[in-house]
Amino acid sequence: MNEKKGTSRRDFLKAGVAGTLALGATDALAFANSMQAGVSMAKVVIAKDALLRGSGSKIDAARMSALLDRAMQTWFGSKDALAPWKQLVHPGQVVGLKVNAIAGRGLSTNVTVVRAIIERLQQAGIKPYDIVVWDTTGHELERAGFQLSSAPGKVRCMGTNAVGYEDKPEAYGTVSCRLSKILTRICDVVINVPLLKDHSEAGVTLSMKNMYGVIHNPYDCHGGGCNPAVADVNMLPTIRKKIRFTIGDATTACYHGGPGYRPEYVWRPDSLIVGSDPVALDATAWRIIERKRAEKGLKTLDADGRAPRYIATAADARHQLGTHDPRHILLVEV
Amino acid sequence: MTVGPRIRLAAIIAVALVVIACGCKKNSPAQPMPASNEVASWEKTGETRTYTAATLSNYIDGGAEQYLKAGFKSASTSDYKFQGKIEAVADVYEMADANAARKIFEADPAGDAKAVHLGDASRVYSQSVIFYKGPFLVRIVAYQEAPETPQALQQLGQGIEKRLSK
Repeated sequence: MNEKKGTSRRDFLKAGVAGTLALGATDALAFANSMQAGVSMAKVVIAKDALLRGSGSKIDAARMSALLDRAMQTWFGSKDALAPWKQLVHPGQVVGLKVNAIAGRGLSTNVTVVRAIIERLQQAGIKPYDIVVWDTTGHELERAGFQLSSAPGKVRCMGTNAVGYEDKPEAYGTVSCRLSKILTRICDVVINVPLLKDHSEAGVTLSMKNMYGVIHNPYDCHGGGCNPAVADVNMLPTIRKKIRFTIGDATTACYHGGPGYRPEYVWRPDSLIVGSDPVALDATAWRIIERKRAEKGLKTLDADGRAPRYIATAADARHQLGTHDPRHILLVEV
Repeated sequence: MTVGPRIRLAAIIAVALVVIACGCKKNSPAQPMPASNEVASWEKTGETRTYTAATLSNYIDGGAEQYLKAGFKSASTSDYKFQGKIEAVADVYEMADANAARKIFEADPAGDAKAVHLGDASRVYSQSVIFYKGPFLVRIVAYQEAPETPQALQQLGQGIEKRLSK
């Protein structure tokens, strides 16, 4: 294991404050006013490229890199494409990319998104072997289009099934979970790279729910609309310590029928949603899903009995994982 | 003529086994997935994977809850390819009864689906087909969209329905 040289979520928020210069005047003013009032704001950046796929259906790799740069530079307030990555990670660290591959190729974290992140990490000084793309099983990763690898000198890609879970569980509130050894023993820091989805039990899944792919017993945590289990899982000490930032893949998303791949309910926002506050990210995801459901004439998630109540739980006084209050979320769309 | 208790017990067990076996044969087709080219131009590209109530979550994550609540027995899934270019996955969920299968079918909005003559009720989309027949819910999803995809999926669905009817 390498020495931890990274910065905390709080440091990132400070970086975000500095980054208001890169925002529009109105955004920057609102952000500055909120800070003067002593209210901590969470910045969420949604970057969209309507031409991400050109005239076809496949994502253009060069445009994806540009989209990723736009998202990250806006969040970090940087003119340099590599500066955000140098704030996130440091050479010598092992950096995990926790993707979401359970739904297979049609509705998993897109390989092109992950490749763009890997490219920037390497340019920021992270050696290929120190980058680990991972999820629950190698089989799922392969079905999602990833190529497994543990070869020296290459980017690693593996499922927890290859290394197992810790014997001793970590516990908080209602959950007691054994964590993936990829998180506990291999990675120094982890960038969460989930997918925007409707979820038949949780209502919505983006940032926090993706941590179900880190624990040995996700299926024990689905009762009650995954509430309070999602919030409790995200309170587990190693998860809090190592999950550093979220780059949410909203290139393809589903507004109903999730978490499995149901093409009839899929749309292509061709966006990335990034931030360091997992609650603010999930609250934003909820609004995006609701907007799409309304456009399609579907009931709200609340009316469907599936409102993602774990988001408010994660923001409550006990958990304090972030904010779900839209007045405290600085949403920047670029 | 008298029959001993052991013989009587053995006879009862034998009859019960026959009844169970017949019941299973009627309600649970050993292999609902068509073999390669059993449906024209469809190649079965992998082994059929099966899931029980205890393992369904390994396949469809949190989506399993909906099936388990409705009354789930087992699921089979297979990968297919049409004319070597359109990849698809076919799922057959065996539910406790026809009501359970219908409940899952009707839980989702029809959207822009077209109804076709397939099973007890069906919906066809540009990249997927869903229908139920008795206690079986069938969903076929394609990964590529092409003009021929809906018709091809419908034909594969018919092949599955034929096997479910045996």
